[in-house]
Amino acid sequence: MKKILSQMDQTSRNDFITYGMVIGAFAVISILQALGILSSQIGGLLVPLCVYSIMAVSLNLVVGILGELSIGHAGFMCLGAFASAFFTKCVGDGMPSMLRFVIAILIGGLIAGVFGFLIGIPVFRLNGDYLAIVTLAFGEIIKNVMNSLYVGRDANGFHFSLSSANDMGMDALNGEMLINGPQGITGTPRNSTFLIGILILLLSLFVILNLIHSRQGRAIMSVRDNHIAAESVGINITKYKLMAFTVSAVIAGFAGALYAHNLSSLAATSARFGYNMSIMFLVFVVLGGIGSSRGAIIAAVVLTLIPELLRPIASFRMLLYSIILIVMMIVNWSPASRAFMEKHKLNRFLFKFKKSAGKGGK
Amino acid sequence: MALLEINNLSISFGGLRAVDEFNLSIEQGDLYGLIGPNGAGKTTVFNLLTGVYKPNEGIIRLDGRDITGKKPIEINKAGIARTFQNIRLFKQMSVLDNVKVGLHNIYRCPPAASILRLPAYYETEKKMNERAYELLSVFGLDKEADSTLASNLPYGRQRKLEIARAMATNPRLLLLDEPAAGMNPNETQELMDTIHYIRDSFGMTILLIEHDMKLVSGICEKLTVLNFGRILTQGETKKVLANPEVIKAYLGE
Ligand SMILES: Nc1ncnc2c1ncn2[C@@H]1O[C@H](COP(=O)(O)OP(=O)(O)OP(=O)(O)O)[C@@H](O)[C@H]1O
Ligand SMILES: [Mg+2]
Repeated sequence: MKKILSQMDQTSRNDFITYGMVIGAFAVISILQALGILSSQIGGLLVPLCVYSIMAVSLNLVVGILGELSIGHAGFMCLGAFASAFFTKCVGDGMPSMLRFVIAILIGGLIAGVFGFLIGIPVFRLNGDYLAIVTLAFGEIIKNVMNSLYVGRDANGFHFSLSSANDMGMDALNGEMLINGPQGITGTPRNSTFLIGILILLLSLFVILNLIHSRQGRAIMSVRDNHIAAESVGINITKYKLMAFTVSAVIAGFAGALYAHNLSSLAATSARFGYNMSIMFLVFVVLGGIGSSRGAIIAAVVLTLIPELLRPIASFRMLLYSIILIVMMIVNWSPASRAFMEKHKLNRFLFKFKKSAGKGGK
Repeated sequence: MALLEINNLSISFGGLRAVDEFNLSIEQGDLYGLIGPNGAGKTTVFNLLTGVYKPNEGIIRLDGRDITGKKPIEINKAGIARTFQNIRLFKQMSVLDNVKVGLHNIYRCPPAASILRLPAYYETEKKMNERAYELLSVFGLDKEADSTLASNLPYGRQRKLEIARAMATNPRLLLLDEPAAGMNPNETQELMDTIHYIRDSFGMTILLIEHDMKLVSGICEKLTVLNFGRILTQGETKKVLANPEVIKAYLGE
């Protein structure tokens, strides 16, 4: 093991550790589950943990690698969730459930990706930090549209309305409600499992890590570090911003599909898809060390588990949660601890640090 | 035909005519200097040449082709690469990766091949690494290039890395904006040798801005002197430097 690691170059070793961490966590939890040691409370959290980890990795591509701020990532997750659950509901039992789920996930990613691309085109043509404000609006709009969207199906085909179920003109007796406004989509089969969640997380990591360490990834990071210099060596800035953002949206769509198929009733509530959620994903990325996929996953898991584990001592919960947040912040970002980690090469195993010495400059 | 031909180039910022009726003709293989006091408009000429600014008037031709007003990417593809007076490296990336970004349009590999790690990916990486190390070794930057962040290099080496990155795009014309700024005399001497070397062995045409007169008189064969946006004089280095008007402009009478 040590030997394999030492033969690899730094980046492949880093990626290897990340994959290893995910697979290792999966193995340990599966064993605990088989032995019956895992509480049902934790058992119920396993799929959401995968969802949040995937969201953290997805957002890290935009914030940490591309260097743009997106504060509406829950919107892409929402799109993926509704698109995939809608597909599943439409198909019903007309397909083997596993195949249907795989297609649903792909559709979730596709729809989210298309929206990411369409939003990116106008935003990335402008020079400046417009992405944050546009994505913030986008996230809220998607959530609100989903809350007022009615879709039904009868013998005459599909019917839509954005105001009420009665306006659709659907045959009320024989028709079927597919998306029912604020109630959303109900009766989605719970196809998501921990294994599938881990597989999607590994797939997302595979796509993102391979992208980062390639010609395209270097172009994306060069735009982050200095867009004027990037242009001067022939990098098409708009193209690579769009590429990173679209890939990130697709992966957020996957996470949404996983999320939707873990709930029998999917509604676009603020608690699930509001900007609070988007901010939480951003917190994962920031605490994870900005730019580190592994750090983002660790932060997502820790920050999701803690509030749940602290439930028994409800009155101190938020206090402890805040303290842990602050401690993580200090460990991760204070110059002294960063120097310590660097010196002892701990950064390789925990979070990724950027050694910006600030020499030269403008 | 000259490699670079600039005719009547002008640009104003508000009321300030930063560059006024600028003319320049550079032959293939020239090592040409652009000098002048602070604020004379030298960097602005570079920004006009590389598409950062669009001129109000004038024509820029590279090898007979009109490139006036084109975007920076197109100008780089046409064959002009540059360095910056205020170093602009990709700070969070390794020294090696900085040069590999410069090789972006030289060795291609589609995104799908990168993500799926198809053979094309490994081929591209191999070619890029070989070429990048070749360029880095010219500047003595090849050691630990993979594990050193660009921002962790000392100042003088950052300037060299910028030149290596610009060279990676296979330019026909290389623009260097104060390459020796912040270097000590030893480093400057080394840089002069390197500039000579890349001109001779890569057949590069070089236009450089510099305040260090030792460097200018040591390597530039021809000079153009700018003062308040206008050409004061141009021609062979010796003659230009002996011109009393140039001396006056520099001493700031
Ligand atoms: N974007 C801009 N907007 C307004 N004024 C500008 C701009 N760019 C340059 N200038 C002005 O144009 C003039 C020429 O600037 P430039 O940077 O070209 O000088 P320089 O010859 O490179 O000087 P130095 O030797 O100090 O680098 C200066 O007065 C500068 O303030
Ligand atoms: Mg200047």
